[in-house]
Amino acid sequence: MRNNVLIIGGGPAGLEAGANLQRLGYNVLLVEHSNTLGGHLGKWDRLFPGGTPASAALDKLLGSMDGVKCFTDTEIQSINRLGKSYNVILSNGITVLADAVLVATGFDLFQAEKKEEYGYGIYDHVITNADLELYFKTGLDTRINAPRKIGFVHCVGSRDEKSGCRSCSKVCCATAVKQACEMKAAFPDAQIYCFYMDLRMFGRHYEDMYLEAQRDYGIRFIRGRVAEVSENIDGSLSVKAEDTVSSKPLKVSLDLLVLMAGMRPSVSGQRIGSLLGMQNEKDGYFEVLSEITAQQRSSIPGIFLAGAATGPKTIPDTLADARGAATQIDKYLSDIFPKAKDLKQLIKTAW
Amino acid sequence: MVDFGYGLLASSRINLDLFDKGKFDSLAAEEPDVRKCIACGSCTAVCTAGKFTPTSLRAAIEELQNGRDEVAMNMLKGCQLCGKCTMVCPRGINTRHLILSIAKIYSKKK
Ligand SMILES: Cc1cc2nc3c(=O)[nH]c(=O)nc-3n(C[C@H](O)[C@H](O)[C@H](O)COP(=O)(O)OP(=O)(O)OC[C@H]3O[C@@H](n4cnc5c(N)ncnc54)[C@H](O)[C@@H]3O)c2cc1C
Ligand code: SF4
Ligand code: SF4
Ligand code: SF4
Repeated sequence: MRNNVLIIGGGPAGLEAGANLQRLGYNVLLVEHSNTLGGHLGKWDRLFPGGTPASAALDKLLGSMDGVKCFTDTEIQSINRLGKSYNVILSNGITVLADAVLVATGFDLFQAEKKEEYGYGIYDHVITNADLELYFKTGLDTRINAPRKIGFVHCVGSRDEKSGCRSCSKVCCATAVKQACEMKAAFPDAQIYCFYMDLRMFGRHYEDMYLEAQRDYGIRFIRGRVAEVSENIDGSLSVKAEDTVSSKPLKVSLDLLVLMAGMRPSVSGQRIGSLLGMQNEKDGYFEVLSEITAQQRSSIPGIFLAGAATGPKTIPDTLADARGAATQIDKYLSDIFPKAKDLKQLIKTAW
Repeated sequence: MVDFGYGLLASSRINLDLFDKGKFDSLAAEEPDVRKCIACGSCTAVCTAGKFTPTSLRAAIEELQNGRDEVAMNMLKGCQLCGKCTMVCPRGINTRHLILSIAKIYSKKK
């Protein structure tokens, strides 16, 4: 008998875990509630730090999914413990008995309109990082009109108790630096500013990206949080911040302002969490059994976690986490369902 | 008008719209490393002149980018060109050479 594993969420985490579990010999069923696989990766154009096309990365993930049964446009209707397994009813009427469940429901992008003082959805030339990725993919956005002065606002909806999030979203500093360079390449005459509080270029090659942004693209980094934005009659924007390096208030008019909206716990993920009775931590992301030694296990036996569902992660982080989850699930299933790996059968096929 | 002895103080706010991009670009053309500064303050910390005069390369670079050229020049006036700052800059900027280039480009009258 091959054990059934249910994966909830078809983003990078769900895809990578699915491919690995299938390879390990399990019956994998992946349930995605939207109409496509890929999660947020499907929305991005090029990836930091090296500029890998997001579509190439996604194709690679999808290309390893042979044998994994995927249901898109499908929700989890109910999920209940039944003996050692979970009885799961899907919105398409199918019922599955899953021996292990991986929750890979990812994150939601912070809704930038909530940070009203930045004027997203109110002023004509304020967009988000996600909007800019879509523009890079399609070349279409009426708000981007040959801008000559562009500002990037870091930490929008992150590190901000006013918007209910104390923590750092981890990916948006690198995204801002990447997008600033891309905009300079697209509009070579533009003057580009990044308003940051701390610049978190933690990963391999990230500092190089920062150095290139300064030296080769002439991006100006201003240390100070944008505190106020207003729209002028001609549609340009007046932006106020403090240059904390020179301890002076600062004003600049811009043609385009890009908000680095942060990562938030996924609302539809939370629904799965409450179906399962799973705990959240204060930051709203799922609680893990141990943040050091058991990052991919929840406190409920048989329920595993991977990717941005347990906090902001980059794609390589997410994929590594998903592979870790696959290994953890394999270990759990061989311990709890020892017959699943029939030694005789194994020797017969492998020797 | 009667002079009551009051006056408005000039605004100390930085107005980036007044930033002379062309001038800074010509500095950067000669001295590309000027863009690499991360405002760490190492140069200012070791500066031999800084203890006695308001000398700070870190602050001067910031002021130049804020369009406050005169303030910047004042912050380099006391420089002895001793080159100590070059030894400590984590971005590997030839700071001494940079100071000379700033002086060359920004002391030219427009
Ligand atoms: C603006 C921005 C740019 C980024 N750029 C980069 C970059 O250049 N390089 C990089 O390394 N990282 C980047 N990232 C991070 C990257 O997007 C994440 O690491 C990655 O998307 C996390 O994958 P995930 O599978 O955990 O979550 P997601 O991508 O969010 O996928 C989760 C999936 O689960 C589905 N789902 C949710 N709830 C349910 C449910 N109840 N039932 C069924 N399905 C459900 C969702 O529809 C989605 O398909 C960026 C992030 C942002 C915000
Ligand atoms: S990664 Fe950078 S922009 Fe994003 S929340 Fe953290 S400090 Fe702010
Ligand atoms: S070269 Fe000038 S700025 Fe640098 S340490 Fe010497 S005196 Fe200070
Ligand atoms: S030491 Fe170098 S990087 Fe640091 S403030 Fe001075 S010039 Fe800038």
